[in-house]
Amino acid sequence: MVRNPQTPIEEVNRVKALHIGRVAAVLTVGALALTACGTDNAVTPGNGGSSTSAAAGASVTGTLTGTGATSISAAMDAWKAGFESANSGATVQYSPEGSGAGRKALIAGAVQFAGSDAYMKDAELASAKAKCGAAGAIDVPWYISPIAVAFNVPGVKDLKLDADTIAKIFRGDIKNWNDAAIKASNPSVTLPNLAITPVHRSDNSGTTDNFTDYLAQAAKSVWTDAKSGDWPAALPGENAKGTSGVVKTVTQTAGAITYADDSAVTDALGKVELKVGDSYVPVTAEAAAKAVDQAKPVAGRSANDLSLKLDRTTTVAGAYPAVLVSYAVFCGSYPDAKTVDLVKAFGHYAVSDAGQQAAVSAAKSAPLSAALAAKAKAAIDSITVAAK
Amino acid sequence: MFSGAALGAGVLIVAVLFAVAMFLVIQALPTFSAAPADITGGKGFVSYIFPIVVGTLIAAAIALVIATPIGVAVALYISHYAPRNMARGLGYVVDLLAAIPSVIYGAWGATFLASQLKVPYQWLADNAGWIPIFGGPASGTGKTILTAGIVLAVMVLPIIASLTREIFLQTPMLHQEAALALGATRWEMIRMAVLPFARGGIISAVMLGLGRALGETMAVALVLSSGPMIASLIRSGNQTIAAEIALNFPEAFGLRLNELIAAGLVLFLITLLVNMVARWIISRHKEFSGAN
Repeated sequence: MVRNPQTPIEEVNRVKALHIGRVAAVLTVGALALTACGTDNAVTPGNGGSSTSAAAGASVTGTLTGTGATSISAAMDAWKAGFESANSGATVQYSPEGSGAGRKALIAGAVQFAGSDAYMKDAELASAKAKCGAAGAIDVPWYISPIAVAFNVPGVKDLKLDADTIAKIFRGDIKNWNDAAIKASNPSVTLPNLAITPVHRSDNSGTTDNFTDYLAQAAKSVWTDAKSGDWPAALPGENAKGTSGVVKTVTQTAGAITYADDSAVTDALGKVELKVGDSYVPVTAEAAAKAVDQAKPVAGRSANDLSLKLDRTTTVAGAYPAVLVSYAVFCGSYPDAKTVDLVKAFGHYAVSDAGQQAAVSAAKSAPLSAALAAKAKAAIDSITVAAK
Repeated sequence: MFSGAALGAGVLIVAVLFAVAMFLVIQALPTFSAAPADITGGKGFVSYIFPIVVGTLIAAAIALVIATPIGVAVALYISHYAPRNMARGLGYVVDLLAAIPSVIYGAWGATFLASQLKVPYQWLADNAGWIPIFGGPASGTGKTILTAGIVLAVMVLPIIASLTREIFLQTPMLHQEAALALGATRWEMIRMAVLPFARGGIISAVMLGLGRALGETMAVALVLSSGPMIASLIRSGNQTIAAEIALNFPEAFGLRLNELIAAGLVLFLITLLVNMVARWIISRHKEFSGAN
């Protein structure tokens, strides 16, 4: 139908309708744009945590900015809420952009603390001296989380597997759930004839780093790749972005298996019990904390740097070796006293009983053991004001 | 004064473009002078970037192949077939598709579309598996380059539809009435008077859509299960430049960072090339401007 020439009345109506339509379009687009703006859901402080806050003396004020690992997001929300309610003039801002981005930002002086799933490399420690003073940066563990090996097999919620079998599954050597190797350690479970789809992280991730470290140490003969934050390029397969991405993908795909932070794995997925020594250990916070207790400090670091080298081949009963330790990276010194007080107060809160319990209820993490928490507090106490 | 302001604006745009190009080149230089063994993949920059470039072009091609006919058809319907009131409403709805953030498209593609496409992919693998692009065991999650291409097509559709709609609405009334007066049916009139007039405009619209498809980051990063370059469209694998940069940039350090910026430079050059080819194609059809 060809558009007819406009009569004057039609022209007026057309302009009116166009005007109304334009306004409507602007309002609609504006409404849509505004729905894209959102604030983080406010997390109510953990029960009993705020009243017995470990922050001593007067409350601190100011804004503390940090960036880094996404794994600690839930715990960070709890720490933010607890710390801000105990110190009414203080604000903590944390943006989860990735461990590497966090360490980079700290070295550049853009943030006051970083969250990182991996401790600072030697080269990074050397670069940190530029902004952090001669003391450089220190790594303080503040979040321990078990990495669950989660799978989606209808009717099966629990499987016992040893490291070699898990490595073979993720390498694609074991292709079906009813394989003899899986049946051998799970005689009482009916396994369906279903293809296995291993799913890994497409982005560089501390979870991948810790999981490949576990496979490289515990399944040396099968897993011949070195540990790395990137999944080995020689093993292509399904992947997804972020912890939520892999969990969503596995939930939608029957027969899929992945590794993810235990706090993100829903009850819809089954979890694997890892073989430790002669027994199988299910993924729990206590088992994760036990594994971290067996860790040795990394050699060649300052006394205040608590980087840990985890022993994934531990045979201590009840220890769950696939665990992620996330560090707070602080500068050894800051230019002014106010920042030092703020950083120390927040650090103390996060590693205190109150802070750790808040993290446990928000993120299902494992609380730091008493010994590790004491060492962490001492390390945080070493932060000073930079000499002018 | 206005001519001065216009000149200033033009100079500013060129200056910004130049500054971006310089940044890309300077940051990417270490990659070209590094030893091939240091580059990700161990075989030099060309063998690292080539599969990713091919993946980018495949995803963009799938998006355009799907979006162009549908977009032009929607635009034609709105401009020439639909009743006046419905046409306006339909136009606004199509334009609203462009307002949806690309992250939402990525989330929709990853959670909904991928799981819906698992069965069709399996069917293709079983029945058409001998064709290389449908080969091999179909992806168990449905997160393939074809799914990413379909999501890109939905994102590119409003660009093509709204631009070609405006072009169609500008077809000289004289030509359309002349065709009708000579006894042409509506479809013949469109074929004779509207489409030839709009050809240049359709090409520019497609090129703009192509620009978006080439550079789309979050939607592809969320939807695509990346991997090495493979011919099959229904298996996980392939990667686009924008998604590669987005996934690896936060953790990149030193030479890896330079590699990613070099990848960005390659994408910049591809887009530049595509735009130049588009301009050349359009200039070839300039003679038919409607005045003759």
